[in-house]
Amino acid sequence: MQVQIRAEPFDPHAEMGRYQAGLQSRGAMGAAASFIGMLRDHNEGAAVREMQLEHYPGMTEKHLLDICSAAMSRWPLIDCLVLHRTGRIRIGETIVLVATWAAHRGDAMDACRFIIEDLKLRAPFWKKERLEGSERWVEKNTSGYSL
Amino acid sequence: MAITVKFFARLREEVGRADDVVAFEPGLSVTDVWRSATHGRAMPESLLVAVNMAYARGDVELRDGDEVAFFPPVTGG
Repeated sequence: MQVQIRAEPFDPHAEMGRYQAGLQSRGAMGAAASFIGMLRDHNEGAAVREMQLEHYPGMTEKHLLDICSAAMSRWPLIDCLVLHRTGRIRIGETIVLVATWAAHRGDAMDACRFIIEDLKLRAPFWKKERLEGSERWVEKNTSGYSL
Repeated sequence: MAITVKFFARLREEVGRADDVVAFEPGLSVTDVWRSATHGRAMPESLLVAVNMAYARGDVELRDGDEVAFFPPVTGG
């Protein structure tokens, strides 16, 4: 289980491959699931130029570890990985990677969804968008589940 | 000892500082610390609170040396 806050851009696919290659129980794995979130060039009807992302050092890492522990208890996961950017983020850059490994797809996919949804609603991160000639804080995240 | 206070994101900009210190006294609650650190400013409805880096409610009674953080709804991911 690994949680990291990254101040620099990262390649989520390379990171997931690197982490998976280091896992001891590779023979037991039948499924890997991942979610990658990246910065769009538009939000709430406005063109976005770039974004500043801040967190609460200490609490954010602790909260992400708690979410991963909860997922590991709820599903028979082999492992999970969460990487999240902070600082200045450019369009197209990865903001977050959540990856889970399990024997079966259902557990890997359900746990991955659980982790990203809890992260979006409760992990202490805040986004400030830089628009054309102005900037604004993102007000709140919405639930990712359809009504 | 004292209570360490932290403000994040929009709230930090509105309050005008990232950190503060409030003198501890027995019976002090999170709400008391907010009032003291913001000079009586109204508590936003959407305000989130953490005590020692865990989510907490406004009526939680504090202990000397606690860290209290105030922040707006989170927007990560």
